[in-house]
Formats: sequence, structure tokens, C-alpha cells
Amino acid sequence: MTFLGLHFQDLVFYTLAIILLFSGLRVITTRNPVYAALYLVLAFFTAAGIWLLLEAEFLAIALVLVYVGAVMVLFLFVVMMLDINLDRLREGFWKALPIALPVGGLMAIEMVMIVGVRNFGVEALPAPAGHSADYSNTAALGRVLYTDYLLPFELASVVLLVAIVAAIALTLRERRESKSMDPAKQVLVKKADRLRIVKMDAVVEVEESNNSTVQPEGKERK
Amino acid sequence: MENIRYDLVTALPEMIVLGMAMLILLADLFLKQSNRIAIYALAQLTLFVAAYFTWTTHTPSVGYAFTGAFVDDTMSDVLKLMIYLGTGLLFVYSRQYLQMRNMFCGEFYALVLFAVVGMMIMVSGQSLLTLYIGLELLSLSLYALVALDRDNSRATEAAMKYFVLGALASGMLLYGMSMIYGMTGNLNLSDINHALMNAPMPSQELHAVLILGLVFIVAGLAFKLGAVPFQMWVPDVYEGSPTAMTMLISSVPKIAAFAFIIRMLAQGLQTLAVDWQQMLMIMAVLSIILGNVTAIAQTNLKRMLAYSTISHVGFVLFGLMSASINGFVSALFYIASYVLMTLAGFGIILLLSRKGFEAEQLNDLKGLNQRSPWIAFLMLIVMFSMAGVPPTLGFYAKFTVLQAALQAGYLWLVVFAVLMAVIGAFYYLRIIKLMYFDEPQDFAPIQAPVEMRMVLSLNALALLGIGLMPQWLMSVCGYAVVKSLS
Repeated sequence: MTFLGLHFQDLVFYTLAIILLFSGLRVITTRNPVYAALYLVLAFFTAAGIWLLLEAEFLAIALVLVYVGAVMVLFLFVVMMLDINLDRLREGFWKALPIALPVGGLMAIEMVMIVGVRNFGVEALPAPAGHSADYSNTAALGRVLYTDYLLPFELASVVLLVAIVAAIALTLRERRESKSMDPAKQVLVKKADRLRIVKMDAVVEVEESNNSTVQPEGKERK
Repeated sequence: MENIRYDLVTALPEMIVLGMAMLILLADLFLKQSNRIAIYALAQLTLFVAAYFTWTTHTPSVGYAFTGAFVDDTMSDVLKLMIYLGTGLLFVYSRQYLQMRNMFCGEFYALVLFAVVGMMIMVSGQSLLTLYIGLELLSLSLYALVALDRDNSRATEAAMKYFVLGALASGMLLYGMSMIYGMTGNLNLSDINHALMNAPMPSQELHAVLILGLVFIVAGLAFKLGAVPFQMWVPDVYEGSPTAMTMLISSVPKIAAFAFIIRMLAQGLQTLAVDWQQMLMIMAVLSIILGNVTAIAQTNLKRMLAYSTISHVGFVLFGLMSASINGFVSALFYIASYVLMTLAGFGIILLLSRKGFEAEQLNDLKGLNQRSPWIAFLMLIVMFSMAGVPPTLGFYAKFTVLQAALQAGYLWLVVFAVLMAVIGAFYYLRIIKLMYFDEPQDFAPIQAPVEMRMVLSLNALALLGIGLMPQWLMSVCGYAVVKSLS
């Protein structure tokens, strides 16, 4: 099936690629951070589509589930909760542009020259043979993940553990000023701890007795 | 089944350190502040046990585990022992400092041990994947450690800088790795080497892609090492971090970075040696210039040592760039002596700090000889060693590196490096002048635990002792490199 000399697969690829590039560009050019995050969601989504074309369906679904479903939602929360001053973010943009633009442009040209069709085109790197319909990408991944790639897989989990430890160590604060009760100590309290009996004369001086704010001094709380 | 057993035995030291790090995290919850010393003891014990197993399972042969992702050779074992030793010294020196600053907690020791695991993985990594994950494990732990003093705004800023630039460097490294993977189709370093060697005369274009990957990898590594022109984070992070963390960043991870470079460039990308030699050469020359010249203008001790680190990294690259066994051995020798010197130097700075006071200005060293002649003498040895004055270890380290470069035919670069080392001697000798010929401004008594004083004295005297008899350290370095690379 061809359309304008393009196979259906190519057509899907180019459509997704154009959307991906557009949304990627909008992530950094849009003024509103919430829109930027939403464009990033779109970029992830289209990237997942391209991975599906490459027969990497597990990765595609994981990208949608993990990044779109979890990471970006959290990210949106953060963006909406924080009061981000956009003007400060844009400060120095025009000042840096005269240097940044030529440097960035030069890097882009160099990379296109090397990572272009000439080195990574179909002639240089022929497409791998497609798999049959009953081939499971997920099963293939699962088979190597706990055998050939056991060590990197376990180490990646250690990296996550370090991230958890670091996040807790940096944010958990034992607030000393907060007032809380310790029930165990409350139960153990005795009368002698709280009550002090002071013996004193029953007679109070006349001048002071007129003053109504005088407090009885018989009991004193510790 | 036999395979799994071999894998597990090979990675036993890593598993011990990892398991103990988790145990420390848990044990910390059940300990009162007064019993926290147990955590310290556990951490030291961990290093000791790991060293024991590394030592007893050592064989001079090369063994691969986990389907080739992990290697156990002489270099990995020797470097791991160096890492244990360096970390153990660090624990001894930093204990009092941390106790005085409310940072003496389980998280510190657990995170350092996680960093140690990362370094061990880097040292033993034999595939792009393990090397990278090891590096990330190390870096993440270091970022968190720098920020551990949460209410210190300078430390937080330093951590932020370190994190952002470190993440950028990781990205560059990964991009370069993806190029190499794309061209060779292998993650395993020996397979990559094999694929590049047997490639039917790589065409100009193919070569260009490999070079692009190589540039990104070298740039990423230079970031992590702190070599010019990727050094901008070093002075700020060194100055802003709590001194104990500065000591950590500047010392032991350099051993792992050395291993990373050897594995990556000398083992994996051996066929591209001509190209990376040039890159390392430029970075070496620039690092030596910038490190030595800028250090002269510093008044902050930690900042000065940061620039001194940059120049030392330059010398290490000098050894690496000759791309010969001789060069690698000399570079390893330099790294080992650098780590010993740095630990002793920062150890003395920690010794001079006390509660609410950081000894970090050059002026804080004024008249140290009158306050404590012995500590002043130890600092004298360290400074002489860093400057490369015979008969200290630093002299011999510089000498071997330059000798290797000379053998590789870089006569003018060697002459230049010697000139720069002479310029650099100025700021090390200035510290000696401050200690011995100036009046003290600060008369507070120097307090330190006995074991810290003793270990510090041993460490500094070792600089002198090994400097007089460098042969055994040299033969250890030679044993490590030659058996692994040939």
C-alpha cells in the first residue's frame, strides 16, 4: 500500500516524527510551564508510537505507563504547586543568544553530518529482519533481563535505593519545635512529678488582698 | 549452576559492602545518639571484611563473571584494596568533624559505602552498561553527601552545581557510548575491541562516527575527573562542600575514574588510541597550566587544593596519554600517591577545624608551628610531597609520569610540565612559610582523638617512607596493570 510513493509504515513514521519534533520544540519555546509539561507528554507519547513501529512494544508501553502516566503527572503537580518566576528563567536569554546560537548551530551541523543518512541510512545499517506475529518482545526482554543482564539490573535497583535514601536524608526533618505528646510518658507520670505542696501562712497582707489578681500560691505547677 | 556460583564468589566483596550499607541504614534507626559510634565501627569493619575477601580470592589470572559484564583481574583487586584503604582513612579523619556538625549519622556511612560499591563496580566493569551504572551509583551518592548538611546554604549550592554539571557529563558520556554501541553492536568492552580490530578497514565515515562517540566519552570522563576545559565545577564544589565531603570527592573516586579510563580507552577503544592520545594531551597541558597558575591567586585553602587537584589530574593524564603499559603504570602510581597526599592534607584541615569554626583560609595556618610543631611538620611533608620535592612520594610520582612521557617522545611537553611544576611549588611553599615564619592569629588548642592523630601521622610519614623506597608501590602498580592489560 503506497501513498505518494510512501509505504504506510513510512507515512506513520513521518507523521509521528513531525509531531515529535514540533512538541519537542514547543517544550522549550512555550511561555507557560504547564503547557511545556503537556507538550512533553505529547513528545513521550509520539516517541512511544515510533518505538511501536520498531517492534519494541514493551518499551513503548512502559514509556506511556511510566513516563506519561506517573512521572509527568508528578511533574505537572510540581509545576503547578511551585510559583515559578518565568521572567527570572528567561533572564539573560538575549545576552547569551549571540554566543549560544552559533555554538549550538555548529554542533547541530556537525552532528547532522555524522549522524546523518550517510552513516546511519538503510545502506549503511540495513534494517533487521522483522519478527513473526507470535513473537513476544516482552518475553524476549524478560528472558535476558534476569540472566545476561542480571548484574546491571540489580545495580540499577541499588541506584534507585540510593535515590530513596538520599531523598529521605535530605528532606526528613525532626521538627524540634513541634509539640507532641508521648503517651507512654504520660501514663507513667506520678503525683510527685507534677504537684508541689508549699506550706505558708494563711494570713495575707491587707494591701495586697485588695488586689483581685493575686493568685493563690498554695499550688504550683512544675 | 557452576556459573552462578563463580559469579557470586567473584562479586563477593561488592555484595558484602552493599549488604552492610543496608544493615547500617537499618541499625541506625535503633541506635541512640550516644551509641552511634557502633555505626562507625560497623563501617570500618565492612571495609576490613571486604578487603579480606578481595585479598583471599585474589588470583593473578583474569576471570569474567555475569556473562562478561564483570571482570576480576589484578587491576580490579589492587584498585579495590586501595579504595578500601582510602575510605578507611577517610572515616578515621572525618569522625570528629562530623560529630561536631550533627552529620554523624547512619546516612553518611551508608551513602559512602554505596559510593564505594559504585567505585568497585567501575573498577570491575567490563561492559558499557556496568561501567555507567557504577559511575551513576558513585555520583548520586556524592551529590547526596555534599547536600547532607541541609541548613548550610553554601553546601546546598555546591551540591546543586555538582548535580547539574554531573548530570550533563553523564548525558555526554551516554551519548558517546551510544555511538560506539551503534557502530560495533556490542556492549562488552572486549567484544567492542574485537569488533573494531576485525573491522574491514573502517571507512572514513565510519571512523568519523567512532570519533564523535570518543569525543563525547572523553568529554564526559574529563568532567568527572575535573580536567580542563571541564573543570569549572571543581573549585566551587570543593569550597562549598563540608570539608569531610571535599576530602571524599577529591580522593578515592579518582582511583575509580582511573580504572574507568583504562577500561574504556585502553581496553575497549584501544584501536582509536591515536585519537584519544591527542585529546588527553591537550587536556593534560591545559590542566597543568590552569591548575598551577590559578592556585597562586587563591586565599581559600580548599579552593587552592581544588586547583592543585586539577594540576594533579593533568599529570595523571600525562601518564595516560603515552598509551603504553609504562604510561599506565606511572599514572596508577601517581593516582595512588595523589590519594595518599590528599587524604593527609585534608585530614590536617579537618584536624584544625573545630565546632563552629572551619579552617579553610590560608591565614588559619599561620604560625601552626608555634601551636603544634608536630602537625606543622606533617603538613610540611604533605606540602613538599604535593609540590614534588625529593625525597617525598610526590617527587617520585611526578618523575615516573614524566619519564613515561619522555619515553613516548614528548620531550617539549615534559620540559613544559617541569616548568609548571616549579611555578606550582610556589603556593605549596607559601603554606610552609605561613606555618613556620608567621605569627599565629588563632590560639585555640587543637583537639583530636588519639587514633586520628596516630593514623594521620602514619599517613604523612608514609609519604616520606614510600618516597624513599618507592619500589614496592611501583611493583604493585606494575603487577596490577601489566597482568590485566597484556
